[in-house]
Amino acid sequence: MHLIEAQALNGLALGAILALVALGLTIVFGLLGFVNFAHGALFMVGAYAGWVAYSNTNNFFFALLASLIITFVVGLVIERVLIRLYYQRPKQDQILVTYGLAIVLVEIVRAIFTGQTRLLSTPSWASGVVQIAGIYYPQYRVAVIAISAITLAVIYLVLFRTRIGLIVRAGIDDDVIVNILGINVNRTFLLVFALGAAIAGVSGIVDAPLLAVNPDMGTDILVQCFVVIVIGGVGSFFGAILGGLIAGEIVSLTTAFAPDYASVMLYIAMAIVLIWRPQGLLGVEGRA
Amino acid sequence: MGVNRSDFLRTALGATAGLSVAATATPWRSEAEESIGNYPAGTTGPEIFVGLMCPLTGSYSADGEDLRKGYMLAIEDLNNGTGVMAKIPSLAGKKGLLGKKVTYKVADTETKPDTAVQRATEFITQNKAIMFAGGVSSAEDIAMQKLAQQQKVLYMVGASGSNDTTGKDCQRYGFRSQLDAYMVAACLSPVLVKAYGKNRKAIYLTPDYSYGHSLTNSMREFTEKLGWTTVADVVAPFPTSDYSSYLTNISNSNADVFINIEFGNDGIASTKQAVQFGITKKMKLVIPNISTYLPDGLGPDIMEGVYGTQDWYYTMADRYPLSKLFLESFQKKFPGVVPRWTAHIAYDQTAIWADAVARGKSFNPVTVIKTLEEGKAIELCLGKVFYRSGDHQQVRPCPVLVGKKQSAMKNKDDFFDVVEIVPGDKVMQPLGETNCKMPAYT
Repeated sequence: MHLIEAQALNGLALGAILALVALGLTIVFGLLGFVNFAHGALFMVGAYAGWVAYSNTNNFFFALLASLIITFVVGLVIERVLIRLYYQRPKQDQILVTYGLAIVLVEIVRAIFTGQTRLLSTPSWASGVVQIAGIYYPQYRVAVIAISAITLAVIYLVLFRTRIGLIVRAGIDDDVIVNILGINVNRTFLLVFALGAAIAGVSGIVDAPLLAVNPDMGTDILVQCFVVIVIGGVGSFFGAILGGLIAGEIVSLTTAFAPDYASVMLYIAMAIVLIWRPQGLLGVEGRA
Repeated sequence: MGVNRSDFLRTALGATAGLSVAATATPWRSEAEESIGNYPAGTTGPEIFVGLMCPLTGSYSADGEDLRKGYMLAIEDLNNGTGVMAKIPSLAGKKGLLGKKVTYKVADTETKPDTAVQRATEFITQNKAIMFAGGVSSAEDIAMQKLAQQQKVLYMVGASGSNDTTGKDCQRYGFRSQLDAYMVAACLSPVLVKAYGKNRKAIYLTPDYSYGHSLTNSMREFTEKLGWTTVADVVAPFPTSDYSSYLTNISNSNADVFINIEFGNDGIASTKQAVQFGITKKMKLVIPNISTYLPDGLGPDIMEGVYGTQDWYYTMADRYPLSKLFLESFQKKFPGVVPRWTAHIAYDQTAIWADAVARGKSFNPVTVIKTLEEGKAIELCLGKVFYRSGDHQQVRPCPVLVGKKQSAMKNKDDFFDVVEIVPGDKVMQPLGETNCKMPAYT
């Protein structure tokens, strides 16, 4: 038995997906300055968009692309017609509007597709098991790690190697100065919100073959993402990744020995980070 | 999501106000004159109110939606004097119940006991509900049943598979129609042993609440009696979305039968992930209590050859005339939708309550309870069924199912063959073993 190794591997797969979802949440928070409570709902929208595409084409990569595009567009629309009006409003209004948005998105999906769980099977090229260090492990979970890693790398290149990324990062640091420099910050906000939505969408379709695809699927993941961001540091790219991996390992390793304490341990870890390093492991002091 | 969900008030159609039945029920037993719970306060007007508790969000939401549809049809039939309701002697030729129109609201319990109790309390205090019904998890149902006993308002249990519902948590004001864990294990285990042989090693995945432990314990008891051994009982919190840690233990065990007790979306997620771990290649998959939309979420490839039970399956319309009528009227009301077993529970439980009210000629809960406890059988979708007075468990047939090959499916809902329908009286837990101490009427 390689129980510990197997659980560490489980933690890596769980952590990879958490890192990805949390990254979308954290960059939106970093720039816009408020928590998008609809992030879990966008995760769910991505899964449904992918499910529709997948059941019509039977091509997982096409489904991935469909989720990306649809949630990006949904993000653009939401920012234009709703979120934009709330930038200057008090914090509690911003929280309430995204929370309300989450309920609306969930109920729209429920109205269209009913509450019945949808069948999204593992893509055929990843439905077997592989042997890793003597452990038989699902190919799809390895694929999840790989897809998450590639997506994170792409986002990294966009944020750190392009002019748009430079503006976004500058905007996260100080949007007023960026605006004074003659750069259209509003357009940056729009882009970042849509990017955050698209990341949630892609995570949704990547996670869908593991989960029950139904309108409520985004609820749990949102809570875990908050923990990931608090651990990793608000607004930090690498913080989301580190936080995600730590959270994934804590949950998996605790579950192996004491399943009841898995979420307790996660919150204990969060509390320790908050006491010892309130800005998060890789967060910058004074932000948020 | 969703803390404050709106209710859906749907006044049912077509009750005629001009029925010549007296506006107040005629008491035929002394207790009918006393005031108890919402009686007579909830029955003085031309309408009575029933509260319907359906998990429309959360892990069991698909089952809850099916449950809701069953209640809608039942109350419509009751008010119009149509469908299966019209075939019940005490209700035949009548519209409404004792001359009153039945109105209702549906509350979303969110698959959480605390929400369920909160919403049911609102129905009892604000709407003067004369009866409430529903719930899909045993945790919800046991909590609501306690509320019913406390408030002295009748509660017709929705879907609940735990032995505790009519065992240690039994209540005078609650009646359960679904197969309890003992019955499921008693009718399924011999079929499993016949199919897979005597010396099998089973491993369980159990959701950590009343239903899960109850069904795992009953399955262990019956399969072990027939020669199987239990390798391990892997317990996961309810609800869970990622089962990898639990499945790692199962996949590394030497078991050859994987008995998955998980239900609803948890049942779908855990089974899907078990397939990815290669568990179903090494072990036979058994799902003793198959939730309504689980086969749709998993697909026929996974369901093929899987043994289990359901409270009711629509192809049983071939065997029971009232099942056929129920199926037809359901599909007329909800075109394109095949009712699943939670809709059946909703319909039959409403019918049983209405019949008891009509026979006892009173809405007084004590009269209704005593009428039900007489144990007179009523002909419904599963043939003749009745309640055992000692624990309020329904004595009813137990359908054992097995998943069909995709090529053998006649339509998209045709997932199962009915292997056997075991008569209810053969699989009832002896009353002395149920630990039910029935509380008082008042």
